[in-house]
Amino acid sequence: MHKEYLTVTNIVGPLVIVEKIVDVKYGELVEISSPGGQLRRGTVLDVSTERAVVQVFEGTTGLDIDKSSIRFLGGSQTLAVSKEIVGRIFDGSGNPKDGGPKIIAKKRRDINGRPINPQARDYPSEFIQTGISSIDGMNSLVRGQKLPIFSGSGLPHARIAAQIARQSKVLGKKEKFAVVFGAMGITFEEAYFFIEDFRDTGALERSVIFLNLANEPPIERIATPRLALTCAEFLAFDLDMHVLVVLVDYTFYAEALREISAARKEIPGRRGYPGYLYTDLASMYERAGRIKEKPGSITYIPILTMPEDDKTHPIADLTGYITEGQIMLSRELHRKGIYPPIDVLPSLSRLKDKGIGEGKTREDHADVLNQLFACYASGKEARELALILGEAALSDMDKIYMEFAEKYEDEFVCQGEHESRSISDTLDIGWDLLRMVPKGELKRIRPEFLDKYYFIEK
Amino acid sequence: MKKGKIIRTAGPLVVASDCLGAKMYDMVKIGDIGLIGEIIELKEDRAFIQVYEDTTGIGPGEPVELTGKPLSVELGPGLISSVFDGIQRPLDVIKEKEGNFITRGIEVPPLNREKKWDFKPFVKKGQKVEEGDFLGEIEETPLIKHKIMVPSGKNGTVIKIKKGKMLIEEVAAVIKSEEKEHEVRLFQVWSIRKNRLVKKREMPEIPLVTGQRVLDTLFPLAKGGTACVPGPFGSGKTVVQHQLAKWSDAQIIVFVACGERGNEVADLLLSFPELKDPSTGRPLMERTIMIANTSNMPVAAREASIYTGMTIAEYFRDMGYSVALMADSTSRWAEALREISGRMEEMPGEEGYPAYLASRIAEFYERAGKVICLGSDKREGALSVIGAVSPPGGDLSDPVVQSTLKVVKVFWALDDKLANMRHFPAINWLNSYSLYAESIKDYWDKEIAEDFSEIRQEAMKLLEKESELQEIARLVGVESLSDQDRLVLESSKSIREDFLHQNAFHPQDTYTSLRKQYLMMRTIIHFHNSGLKALKEGINLEDILKLEIREKISKMKFLEEKGDDPDVLELFIEINNVFKELLEKKG
Ligand SMILES: Nc1ncnc2c1ncn2[C@@H]1O[C@H](COP(=O)(O)OP(=O)(O)O)[C@@H](O)[C@H]1O
Ligand SMILES: [Mg+2]
Repeated sequence: MHKEYLTVTNIVGPLVIVEKIVDVKYGELVEISSPGGQLRRGTVLDVSTERAVVQVFEGTTGLDIDKSSIRFLGGSQTLAVSKEIVGRIFDGSGNPKDGGPKIIAKKRRDINGRPINPQARDYPSEFIQTGISSIDGMNSLVRGQKLPIFSGSGLPHARIAAQIARQSKVLGKKEKFAVVFGAMGITFEEAYFFIEDFRDTGALERSVIFLNLANEPPIERIATPRLALTCAEFLAFDLDMHVLVVLVDYTFYAEALREISAARKEIPGRRGYPGYLYTDLASMYERAGRIKEKPGSITYIPILTMPEDDKTHPIADLTGYITEGQIMLSRELHRKGIYPPIDVLPSLSRLKDKGIGEGKTREDHADVLNQLFACYASGKEARELALILGEAALSDMDKIYMEFAEKYEDEFVCQGEHESRSISDTLDIGWDLLRMVPKGELKRIRPEFLDKYYFIEK
Repeated sequence: MKKGKIIRTAGPLVVASDCLGAKMYDMVKIGDIGLIGEIIELKEDRAFIQVYEDTTGIGPGEPVELTGKPLSVELGPGLISSVFDGIQRPLDVIKEKEGNFITRGIEVPPLNREKKWDFKPFVKKGQKVEEGDFLGEIEETPLIKHKIMVPSGKNGTVIKIKKGKMLIEEVAAVIKSEEKEHEVRLFQVWSIRKNRLVKKREMPEIPLVTGQRVLDTLFPLAKGGTACVPGPFGSGKTVVQHQLAKWSDAQIIVFVACGERGNEVADLLLSFPELKDPSTGRPLMERTIMIANTSNMPVAAREASIYTGMTIAEYFRDMGYSVALMADSTSRWAEALREISGRMEEMPGEEGYPAYLASRIAEFYERAGKVICLGSDKREGALSVIGAVSPPGGDLSDPVVQSTLKVVKVFWALDDKLANMRHFPAINWLNSYSLYAESIKDYWDKEIAEDFSEIRQEAMKLLEKESELQEIARLVGVESLSDQDRLVLESSKSIREDFLHQNAFHPQDTYTSLRKQYLMMRTIIHFHNSGLKALKEGINLEDILKLEIREKISKMKFLEEKGDDPDVLELFIEINNVFKELLEKKG
């Protein structure tokens, strides 16, 4: 039996401080019970000979100094994994939430995982067709990539993520795949939207869902994404599945982390977030990827809402520094009624270069993509100029580019929520637009592709 | 071995008591599983230890073994082509032993103990040698002859010297000085916190040619110099560093992937064995050493990884090689410092960074340099250092950026706006600078072409002028500019798009020799000057801009490099011809 301590001396925010302890380890799992209250769990954040600082996952509401009792369980938080986990819904701590039975544990995995040895990684290079032109054509996603959506409040990131989950496929292949969805602090309605969408498309049977909703304890959010990723690792690297992980919303996750940091009286970094937010996020984001001898993969789409649409906000900024690009949503496009409102210029897929081209998508893909970027950027610049000086001040080329930008947004970016375009359709739309521009201006396209594609009409 | 006792564990920081006698920066083994750590502060009998592995499961009461030795690296044959973690554990051996995921408390020697190397001695019995002298060499890869040197501080007479196949732990030579005999093995052990010694520092004045046009022509780095690449995420820091690792004409590359992405390491590991060194045709891996401590690997080891890499780089410099070290990213190293400092409850400076941040950064870059190595042959070695910096929000007022700018001589300013327009490398030509441009001038004008620096100057002037003119055009419209000025706009656009813009992923465009860079720039400037002359003679600007040769100029970068680059040379003559035609047509 584990020894019980009644020596709580301090409760602050999500933390409990216990004294007169023996043989407690850093990172150890803890059980906290209080009369009348439910059993809670936590983990040791700092331990010295006199005392331990324990972070309580379910929060400290209702705990008291007198009667709370603490047991140190040894080992850290784990998740029971087996094949039966697929199709199930859990709460943010990993307990069934769908009325189904507990998972009979064949194996238990530490939810913190272990770092993939860089030497064991295989470079992700298999193109995933999402059917969304502004992603496939401009910022292509590959299997094993971590590509976040940078959104803002009120923007349709949920619809886009659901569309990606619904439409994604690897060309010419039929393989085992699964979706792991985790909710951190989002509303019931948003979570319900995902679950219903999965149900409608039959994806629910191959999904695993972890839910920590807005009204549930914030500190639980620290565990939720780790549970989801531990599950994904099991599916990908034990069961050889291709797993798409969608986790929303990392902004609430970071706020929970900030709460703990503040309670520990740590020196705050930018905007009060702890200095180790980068490392903490990396320990999750880096769990995406491919491993050389394994057929499975983890493709990871974390979603975050940027406070005030500010991409230099620490959560977005640090995420961008870790992930392999970002899909940036734009309020301006959203206001114009363009779905999906993906702003391609600040968006980026760092892994696209090895995932596109001959034999993967199409030989002209890289050049078309670069040219579309350049033309759209010129068009947006011209648009700004026109705002200041009036359209009359634009040169003829500027006018062409401005029109290009309009059409690009209306025809290339804009598409239906249930419209899945093939990559070759996407590139053809690109060429249709490029034909608005004189051939000599298309410097980013190799001459042989210009010769081949510029003059043919649809 | 003496043992202390843990009294506190807080993430990467462990505090132990009973540590009297321990020294600063000594290595220790922590807990029953023996995690590696290093002492970073001593207070009475307590030692504050930064731990290079995850401390989950470690608690008070567990032992701390005091090794009494500083945290060190092994320097000897077997380094090249290796991939180490932050404290020099070989990742391939770890993978073989432990599988795809990294575990803790693994003990593996950095250098292979079982491999036999063919040692060719250079010295004879009875010969007098001094520190740094070559005792012999080993062909480690077809590219690199690994010199076995007399360790520093040891001078004397060779009384024994071996030859032929041997293990690194075998004694290759014995040197006698005064009464003492000193055994020299094929490898040395050196503390990562201590600079390796040199005879003398010299001024860098030969360019490190990188094949990247904006760098080599506009903002060159000298061999033995220092450069930094700050920029927000996605602006191209890593690609610049990778391009340098691939194409720069250093003989040894040490790449430190410090707290960044695992897939970027995988990218290098998978592509380097395939890529060929442009000057030797051998796989790039044969001159490369990698230190990989990615963002999900232990934080404290990030701090060490920079020094591990630097010490290895210095070791090869000591052999007389030109070495280049890339660190991607130094901000992650600074953050590791900050995290440990925070846990020790030190008084924070700016942005929570410790007050000693600036001096640590300065010390780091000062380990670069062009030097006269130890050894009686007075050979030259060079160590160039290029650090990426990742400021929050791309804000250059960040303390890491500012401390770095105070010491480095080259500033490659990455620009978010350019990156968004996919103008790569997104190096801002107005803000960047190189303090080596003056001292490298001689080399350019002697070795490449006598008007190299002149043409470079003209190009820089055009770009300056462009930004002024754009300002005016923004206020009053392009129409109100003179034809001359509009030609300036067109020509500088050509410099930007046809010269500065360089696609790292295009097989031809990815590398351009210095000679071709010169020819390309000269062609663009020649067109501009011919245009100016034609305007004076009354030719219409529109007619000049309509010339088909401009399309050819824009495709110069895709022309295959061969010998004297006749294709680019030909363009030069063609420009003369088309302008002559223009004038003739006008009559
Ligand atoms: N020279 C270049 N040529 C082509 N693409 C580039 C170049 N430099 C950067 N890029 C593009 O920009 C992306 C981000 O570059 P990267 O070096 O990873 O940025 P950072 O390290 O600053 O976050 C790359 O994935 C690539 O698509
Ligand atoms: Mg980078």
